[in-house]
Amino acid sequence: LVFTEEDKYGLYSNLLFKYFLAEGIVCGHDLFVASAKEHPDNILKELPAPLLDDTYGKELGDEAAAVKSEDFQDSMKIAWRYQNLPKMEASPATFTKFGHYYDMSKKMSPELFQSIKWHSFYLHEELSSQPKMKPCNMNSAYTRLLQSIQRIISQGGFDGSDPQKKQKNVLRIGVQSLGSLLWGDDICCSDTPEDIHSLTKFLYVLRGLLRKSLSACIITVPSHLIQNKAIMERVTNLSDMVVGLESFIGSERETNPLYKDYHGLVHVHQIPRLNSLICDVSDTMDLAFRLKRKQFTIECLHLPPDLSDTVSRASKQDLAGSAKLLSSGCGAMAIGKKHLDF
Amino acid sequence: QGRFTLLRDTRTDGSFLVHHFLSFYLRAGCKVCFVALLQSFSHYNIVAQKLGVSLTAAKERGQLVFLEGLKSCLELVFGEEEEQPGQPSPLQFLCTCDLRALFDFVRVSLTPTDGDSWKGPVLLVDDLSVLLSLGATPVAVLDFIHYCRVSVCSQLKGNVVVLVHSHEDSEDEENELVVTSLCHHSDLILWAEGLATGFCKDVHGQIRIIKRLSLQQAGEQDLIQIYQYKIQDRNITFFARGLSAAVL
Repeated sequence: LVFTEEDKYGLYSNLLFKYFLAEGIVCGHDLFVASAKEHPDNILKELPAPLLDDTYGKELGDEAAAVKSEDFQDSMKIAWRYQNLPKMEASPATFTKFGHYYDMSKKMSPELFQSIKWHSFYLHEELSSQPKMKPCNMNSAYTRLLQSIQRIISQGGFDGSDPQKKQKNVLRIGVQSLGSLLWGDDICCSDTPEDIHSLTKFLYVLRGLLRKSLSACIITVPSHLIQNKAIMERVTNLSDMVVGLESFIGSERETNPLYKDYHGLVHVHQIPRLNSLICDVSDTMDLAFRLKRKQFTIECLHLPPDLSDTVSRASKQDLAGSAKLLSSGCGAMAIGKKHLDF
Repeated sequence: QGRFTLLRDTRTDGSFLVHHFLSFYLRAGCKVCFVALLQSFSHYNIVAQKLGVSLTAAKERGQLVFLEGLKSCLELVFGEEEEQPGQPSPLQFLCTCDLRALFDFVRVSLTPTDGDSWKGPVLLVDDLSVLLSLGATPVAVLDFIHYCRVSVCSQLKGNVVVLVHSHEDSEDEENELVVTSLCHHSDLILWAEGLATGFCKDVHGQIRIIKRLSLQQAGEQDLIQIYQYKIQDRNITFFARGLSAAVL
């Protein structure tokens, strides 16, 4: 269960969301797209085109080779492995097996959709259906969404309930802007919402469904709007992976010369620790992202060398403060904002 | 015997302690009731096998009673059969906010039956903070733990081990209330925390072991020991602060 905190204007989290879905199509997984904001058909029309040779019909191994042979510049890398941290500074060869590259300037062609089955859930079209679940004091929109997911999972045989189905496939579920007002939940507009347990109950049942079936799910949530931070803490505990996107648009960091190469920061709050005592920890947790015309990349945050004499004290302190926050990762977080002087 | 151990984690994942206690008590021959609310059975099984214990075998010989919260929740919410009136689902509280059914489940699983030759019963809960997310009130959670202690620790002379999450700047007041209250009543607290200086590859965190001697005898101080640890695939290495293998 990948939980993404949206950036303020939702621009970049939408990109991640689309990448997740696009990857599913390219890998031949089935898709389930749910939204209360945009019609899923529109979302699917906007998916980026994969960077592949014309010979798309070939095996995946051949595709990997084709991508490898493309001429990639220094730091262009994106491998979206939704269960693991994105690797950076590694040569493209090591992770083309797990992910694909996408070209943001082109839309995915409809032929690629033909081979997979996709299901959509657009809240406003589903309002008339009757919930058949046992009532557990959950928001009715969430109830309907859960029911729909459960139905697709059992009908599609993703939970192994259909022994006839020989070929097992993975279901990728994407839910957009959960918790927002459009889903009928008021946690984004009030400090003391009417029902603070709806979202967490929804996540718990969803977690159960995911564990029971061959599916993976990405959820984006406008967490900057959620007033009650207790909910965010509970949600973090209920998710496997939690990633937050902080874009620089409209914040003072936009003009900060230290961040000039990037469009925002990636905060990894939690990484999954499944079936093992340890989790896959990379060397660093300082990640930033940038969006170029064709590619969206996530890389290590490199601060430019401090060459200028005129860097004021204020910005230095601010940088130290934010560097402290940056270096705190999901395994351990810095307690307090103490500066460490060496 | 009759001890209440609190496992607490702050800004890190303390579930390795749960895995440890699970395999520890099973190897010791105790009857274990494991209320696993957050992960699936196969997750615990795979880790336990690395630690040398088979949960499937333990379940088959009746030594382990495993409540898989996620699975029971699905059965409750999506199930079509009517429940038998005498046996409500232990996860009933999702609908009714009442933890009594969960307690009954625990009590029934750990009450020794004829022919049972296990040493002392053990209740293991992973994790308690989830109950609050699912609609239970802090008072209900504390009552549940109290009933469990009376039943398991006092009457059956067994042990209870519970995992909770917390941290100082937490805005989840209900959770902090539960955790603080449990801390006061625990015989032993194992507190796993992330390092104060931030993320490190070689030292995953620090663990504080607090033996509540002050509860046993008036005037005694609690004994606090602090170690740092690194988690590996099959075991965990503990060492004194600052003496990690990477540094020496």
